[in-house]
Amino acid sequence: MPSPATPPPRAASEHARARRRLKARALLLSPALLVICGLLVLPLCIIVVYSFLTPGTYGGVVWRFSTESYVQFLFERDLFDDTLAFSPAYLQIYWRSFIQALVATTACFLIGFPTAYYIATLPERKKYMWVLLITVPYWINLLIRTIAMLFLIRNEGPLNHALLFAGLVDAPLKIAYTNIGVGIGLIYTYLPFMVLPLYAAIERFDFRLVEAASDLYARRWTILRRVILPLAMPGVVAGSLLVFIPSLGAFIAPDLLGGGKNLMIGNLIALQFQGSRNWPFGSAAAVILMTIVLCALLVYVRQQSKARLRQLR
Amino acid sequence: MKPPRSRDLKRYPGFGAVTWACLVFLYGPLLVIALYSFNEIRSITVWGGFSLHWYAKAFNNELIQRSTWNSLVIALCAASMATTLATAAALAVIRHRRFRARETCIGIINLPLMVPEIVTAIASLVFFVLVGIPLGVGSIVLAHTVFCIPFAYLPISARLEGIEGYYEEAAGDLYADSRRAFRHVLLPMLMPGVLAGFMLAFIISLDDFIITNFVAGPGASTLPLAIYGLVRTGLTPEINAVSTLLLLVSVIFVILSCLLGRKRYPAGH
Repeated sequence: MPSPATPPPRAASEHARARRRLKARALLLSPALLVICGLLVLPLCIIVVYSFLTPGTYGGVVWRFSTESYVQFLFERDLFDDTLAFSPAYLQIYWRSFIQALVATTACFLIGFPTAYYIATLPERKKYMWVLLITVPYWINLLIRTIAMLFLIRNEGPLNHALLFAGLVDAPLKIAYTNIGVGIGLIYTYLPFMVLPLYAAIERFDFRLVEAASDLYARRWTILRRVILPLAMPGVVAGSLLVFIPSLGAFIAPDLLGGGKNLMIGNLIALQFQGSRNWPFGSAAAVILMTIVLCALLVYVRQQSKARLRQLR
Repeated sequence: MKPPRSRDLKRYPGFGAVTWACLVFLYGPLLVIALYSFNEIRSITVWGGFSLHWYAKAFNNELIQRSTWNSLVIALCAASMATTLATAAALAVIRHRRFRARETCIGIINLPLMVPEIVTAIASLVFFVLVGIPLGVGSIVLAHTVFCIPFAYLPISARLEGIEGYYEEAAGDLYADSRRAFRHVLLPMLMPGVLAGFMLAFIISLDDFIITNFVAGPGASTLPLAIYGLVRTGLTPEINAVSTLLLLVSVIFVILSCLLGRKRYPAGH
């Protein structure tokens, strides 16, 4: 059976069109991808490399392999006899950041869920208004929002004056420059991140299911817990990650509201590039932060694919 | 009496109150800072009368003037570049529904959103120093462009999703080649999305502090950097005034961009 040396003309033109489309696609996509890969992915790889180098005396690095940065993370090297002693100082900063981020995420969920639910059950017109109201603060400068919060809650701030004036407290509440202050700052900063995905999930919810549950004698809060919440789970996970990840690496809130005492990971990394000038250690701290974030994202991806599987079934 | 009961079922006691509290929490501090920026005197307990004194003082501050100018130039450059790149990428990703690396491409475009900002900041710094790009306005523009791409991409791709393919097909049937179909049919329809994307990118660049802080180098200052510098020396009504102005710019831009992005094509749908 002789095979045709050239494909039929129709197939050829089809083929040429497909090639043209491929070329057009590559041409359109490559600039954005190149910029992101060149100016973000490559720098991230460099950070990983830097974390295994030796710090230079005045910042920068010396190109000599060393795991000292990671060792330094857990141990303190004795200056005299070069022995290693376990030192939890840096672990504590990571632990504190983790707890702060966790508390902020939980608080955002506790405030955000009722809010998102309420907005999702409003009539169409009002719904849009409220979504806009929640969205706008997200776009307002993070620095300015934190300054506004600091202005309000500091010892001599309007909040304390109002409380003192009303006779509710005898001495100004010390909120600013404490862990609580940082927590409030984080919640304030990232609350819209929680509300919006929750809203998106609840908005799609079929409220006939609530009626069905009620007909089966489920009580109100049981319905919320066993019907609405499980179906809103993708939104809960997305919102939690959107709050947790940036909270973990937050810089501005702990810097301004923590008053430099309540360091978080973000400040620790920043310090290595500004103050104490240990680039490899700063890089190692960043790599560890990125690893935690990656793990969180993996959880998210797995959860999403599980949800998709459930939908298919 | 079925309807009222089912309506009641959806409502939970206290949820409305939480929502209003949430609103107060989100806007309260901003309103307070705006209010005090108009206070004649420095005190925060006494109202000394309405005055634009602090605004005048802020406008005459040379550092603030210079950094505002820098901020605007940087935001304009970064947003333009990011919007161009994002538009091209969106055209490729949305118009060609199925191709092998599609998900990966979308993932890369959104990558700047997933990396903690502080990590992006130091990675950019290390990269610029290593490659030998001088730190200054140029390096800020480059770093901002990367960070702005996903923000510009979002409304553009959403808009493009809403435009059915048959508009271009119709243009093709009327003997328009693909370039003219794009220029005269698709682009005008896509324009609101592109504008919305540009505005979001502009705001993101204008507002950025962390990345800018690291890649700015000693010479170049932007408005957020200047404000941060001022805050370090103590909260003044002058800061309140600048913050209120910047806040207003953000609010106006976001509302405009939301309105632009909302309209579906064809209009009135």
